[in-house]
Amino acid sequence: MAKEYETVIGLEVHVELATKTKIFCGCSTAFGGAPNTHTCPVCTGMPGSLPVLNKKVLEYAVAVGLATNCDITRYSKFDRKNYFYPDNPQNYQISQLYLPICRNGHVDIDTAGGKKQIRIHEIHMEEDAGKLIHDEWNDTSLVDYNRSGVPLIEIVSEPDMRSADEVIAYLEKLRMTIQYLGASDCKLNEGSMRADVNLSVREVGSQKLGTRTEMKNINSFKAIQHAIEGERQRQIEELEEGREVIQETRRWDDNKESSRPMRSKEDAQDYRYFPDPDLTPIVISDEFLAKIKSQEPEMQDAKIARYQKEFDLPEYDAQIITSVKKMADFFEDTVALGANPKKVSNWLMGETMRLQKEKGMDQDQIPFSPENLASLIALTEDGSINSSVAKEVFEQVFADDVDPKQYVEEHGLKSMNDEGALRGIVEEKIAANPKAVEDYRGGKKKAIGAIVGQVMKETKGKADPGTVNKLIKEILG
Amino acid sequence: MDILNLTAVSLGEKIKAKEVSVKEATKACLGQIEKQDKTLNSFITVEPEKALEQAEKVQQKIDAGELTGPLAGVPVAVKDNMLVKGGLTTCASHILDHFHPAFSSTAVEKLQAAGAVILGKTNMDEFAMGSTTETSYFGPTRNPWNTEHVPGGSSGGSCAAVASGEAIYALGSDTGGSIRQPSSFCGVTGIKPTYGTVSRYGLVAYGSSLDQIGPIAKDVRDCATVLETIAGYDPKDSTSVKRDDYGFTKALTGSAKGLRIGIPEEYFGEGLDPEVKKSILDAAEALKAQGAEVSYFHLPLVEYAIPAYYIIACAEASSNLERFDGVKYGYRTKEYEGLHNMYKKTRSEGFGAEVKRRIILGSFVLSSGYYDAYYLKALRVKALIKKAFDEAFEKYDVILAPASPTTAPKLGESLSDPIQMYLGDIYTISVNLCGLPGITVPCGMDSKGLPIGVQFIGNVFREDHILQAGYAYEQTRTMEICPLCR
Repeated sequence: MAKEYETVIGLEVHVELATKTKIFCGCSTAFGGAPNTHTCPVCTGMPGSLPVLNKKVLEYAVAVGLATNCDITRYSKFDRKNYFYPDNPQNYQISQLYLPICRNGHVDIDTAGGKKQIRIHEIHMEEDAGKLIHDEWNDTSLVDYNRSGVPLIEIVSEPDMRSADEVIAYLEKLRMTIQYLGASDCKLNEGSMRADVNLSVREVGSQKLGTRTEMKNINSFKAIQHAIEGERQRQIEELEEGREVIQETRRWDDNKESSRPMRSKEDAQDYRYFPDPDLTPIVISDEFLAKIKSQEPEMQDAKIARYQKEFDLPEYDAQIITSVKKMADFFEDTVALGANPKKVSNWLMGETMRLQKEKGMDQDQIPFSPENLASLIALTEDGSINSSVAKEVFEQVFADDVDPKQYVEEHGLKSMNDEGALRGIVEEKIAANPKAVEDYRGGKKKAIGAIVGQVMKETKGKADPGTVNKLIKEILG
Repeated sequence: MDILNLTAVSLGEKIKAKEVSVKEATKACLGQIEKQDKTLNSFITVEPEKALEQAEKVQQKIDAGELTGPLAGVPVAVKDNMLVKGGLTTCASHILDHFHPAFSSTAVEKLQAAGAVILGKTNMDEFAMGSTTETSYFGPTRNPWNTEHVPGGSSGGSCAAVASGEAIYALGSDTGGSIRQPSSFCGVTGIKPTYGTVSRYGLVAYGSSLDQIGPIAKDVRDCATVLETIAGYDPKDSTSVKRDDYGFTKALTGSAKGLRIGIPEEYFGEGLDPEVKKSILDAAEALKAQGAEVSYFHLPLVEYAIPAYYIIACAEASSNLERFDGVKYGYRTKEYEGLHNMYKKTRSEGFGAEVKRRIILGSFVLSSGYYDAYYLKALRVKALIKKAFDEAFEKYDVILAPASPTTAPKLGESLSDPIQMYLGDIYTISVNLCGLPGITVPCGMDSKGLPIGVQFIGNVFREDHILQAGYAYEQTRTMEICPLCR
C-alpha cells in the first residue's frame, strides 16, 4: 500500500515597512528613483558613517507584533549579519538574531476544517539590501543602493501549516492585518511582501520532522501554490526512491515553474552574528507600548460587526468589503457622502471587483473617487438613469474617474420617463411587430420582450424599461 | 617669542591680542613641518596652501569679531582616521590611499566652527591597529625626542607633531590607549574622554564600542579647552551621550586638596620598567604634597583585560573593515577573475599584516562554535572588570597608573613579537573596556632621555577629577622641551 505523506510548512515572510525614510538614515524609501539617487554615506556603507534607528520602524514592528499576539521584547538589540556581497554595502546586514523585537505570537486562519492557529516564532527588524544589475553585454555588474536600508520586518512562523491553502490563508491574514495597521502595502508582486517557504514531508502519523528545504524568490500566490505542490512531490519522490532529502536552499523559477538548488547546508555561510556596537539597545517603555496600543486602528473583525450593525450590511458583504483595508476605507468614505451602504457595497463587490479582475488590478487599486461613486448611486436612485445606463457610466468612472452627472448630460443618457415622448416610439414598434402582438394576445406574455428590446434600442437604452412595459400593455389592452 | 613653544590657549590669546597673526602661526607650523617631517613623518597629508587660505579666512572672522573662542586661529593636526572633506583620509592604509570623503567628522566640524586651521592629516598605525605607528602604509613616524625610537601609537603622528611643534595641538583617537600611550612616549598631554562624549560620526571605526576621539596638546589646560570644543551630543551617533555639563576647564583649580587618589598594586609589579615606576610614584608623591589623599589598593582581574580587549576590539574590527572590498571606493586589485577573487586579492593587497592578523582573529572569535567561548566570555570579563572599577571609584576619585610599562622602544623592536606588543597595553585598555576617561600627563624622563607619562583614570563622566589631578600635578613641575623645538 502506498504511503501517505503530510506536508509541514513554515514561512519566513519579509515585509517592507511603509516609512517615508530608511531604517538607519534620512534617505527616501520611494520606489523608482534613478539609480543611487536615494542614497547617503550611511546607506552606501561609507567609512565613518553611523546608523541611527528610525523610530517609526520600531513603532510599526511593535504594532505588527501586538496585532499578531506576540510578546514584545522590552530589551531588544540589533545584530550584524556578516556576509560579503556587493548589494550589501557594509558587507554586513543590520538585523536581529539574539533579541528580536517580538516573539511567541500567533494568528488564526480559516481552513477547510475550521479555524486554525498558526504560531509566530518571532518578528525582527532589519535593513534591505541594494540591487545588482548584471550587464551581460558588457560583462559588468552595476549596483543601485536606493533599496539599501529600506526597513523590513521578517515574520518567522512555526512549522504549523500543512497545505498550500493554509499557507495562502496565513499570508492573506498577515497581509490584511499589516495593511490595516498601515505598516505596509504588502504587495507580493512588487516585493513589499516576500515569502520564503520552508517545507518538509513526513509519513502521516509521524511526529518527527523530515529534512526541510527552503524555497526563495516566490512572488505570487499562484507561484506559492505551485512551488509547494512541486516541492512536496519532489521530496516524496526522493523518499520513495530510497534517497534522502538534502537540506538546502532552492530558488523558485517562475518561468520554468520549478525550483532548483541554490546552496546546500554544507556551504551554508557562517554569518558571525554579534550585537551591533553602533546601535544602543532598544528599551521599550510602558508608555511607548501604551501609545502603540492606543493607536491600533479598527481591525477587520470590529469593522465586520460594525458594518452589520451600523449599515445593516449582510455579513457576507461586510466580510468581502473589509478583507482589503483600502476597500473598507473607500466604502466608508462613500457612505459618509450619503450613499446607500448596500448600494455602495453592491458596486464594490460587483462591477468594481469584476473590472479589477478583468484589468489584472489588485483589490486595493480603486481608480476612482468616492464622490463619483456616490454621485452615480444618486443618479440611479432619483431615476435619472436606469441600471443598464448606470453600468455603462460606471465603466467610464472606473476608466477615467469621470463625473457621472456631467457625463450623463453630455452624452444625453438621462432616462426617458416621459410617457408622451415614449408613446410614439412604442406605437411604432407595436405596428412593426404584428407577430409578437399576436403571440402576446394568444397568451405568450413574454412575447412583448421583443418590442421592449426594440424600444430600448431605438432610445439607445435611455428609456425606462418599466415605463415601456406599462405603455405596451396599456396600448395592447 | 617662539610660536612653536606656545600652548594652544596662549597662542589663541596672542592671536586675539593681535600679537601674532593666524597666518604667522600657520606658517610657523608649516615651516616646522617642512623642516622636520622628512625625518619624523608625522604627517600623511600636508596642505600648506589650503591651510594658509583657511588662516586668512579665520583671521577675517576674528577681526570681524565673529570668532572669539580660545582656539580661533590656532593650527591643528588631525589624525588620518577622521574624515575631513576636501582632502584625503587614508587611515594609513593602502586600501584607502586615494580616498576622498564626502563629509567631515563631527569633531572636525566643531573645530572648524571654532576657527581651527587644519594643517594636515597625521600618520598612524594602519586603521589605528598598533602601538608604534609602524604599521602605517606610509612608513613609520619617528619619536621627536630620539628619532631612533617610535612615537608610540596608534596616534603617533599626532603626538609627534605636537611634541615637535609641527602642530600646536592635534586630534587623536583612542581604542586601547592610542592617545594616552603615544602621549607618554612623546612627552605630551592627551585625554581619552568618557565613551560617548565626543561624536564618533566621521571617525573610521576600528572597535566601535571602544573608540573615542580626544585632544593631544602640550598641557592639561589645552586638552580641557579642546575637549570643551569637540564634545557634545550628536544625533548622528547613537552611542553619543547627552551630558549635563561640558565645562571641562572649570575643573582646572590648581589644587589637589581632598582628591582621593588610588594606586592599584597590580599596576606596579613585574614588567614595569623601574625608571618608569619611580617617575610615576614620584608624581603620586607630588600630588600628596599638594593635599591629595593617596593610597594603594587591589584592582582584581588586571591580567584578563588584554585577552578580553583583543577579542572584543578584533571582533568589531573584523566586521567594521568588511566594507573595504574594492566595490564602492578605495583600492581595487588590478586583475581578477570573478567577484570572490576580486574581494580576496583586493583585501590581501590592500591591508597590511597587522590589520589582517586582527581581522582573522576577530572573524575567528565570532565564528559559530567559538562565539560563546571567546566573544561572549570576553563580554563577561569586560563586565567584571567594569565592576572592579566601579568598586574602586566608590573609594577613589582618581586612579593613578603608568600609561605604558616602558618608554618608547626602538623602531623595529615591537612588530616582530605582537604578543609582547599587545601586553604593553596593559595599563590603558581597561579604560576603554569600561568607557572611562583617562589622561596622560608628562612626569619625567628616563636615563635615555625619553619622556615618561603618568596616567590619571576617572569614573565615567568624571573628567573633572582627572583634569583637576593632571592640572594640579602639572603645576608642580617644569615642562621639558623637545630638542626639535629648542
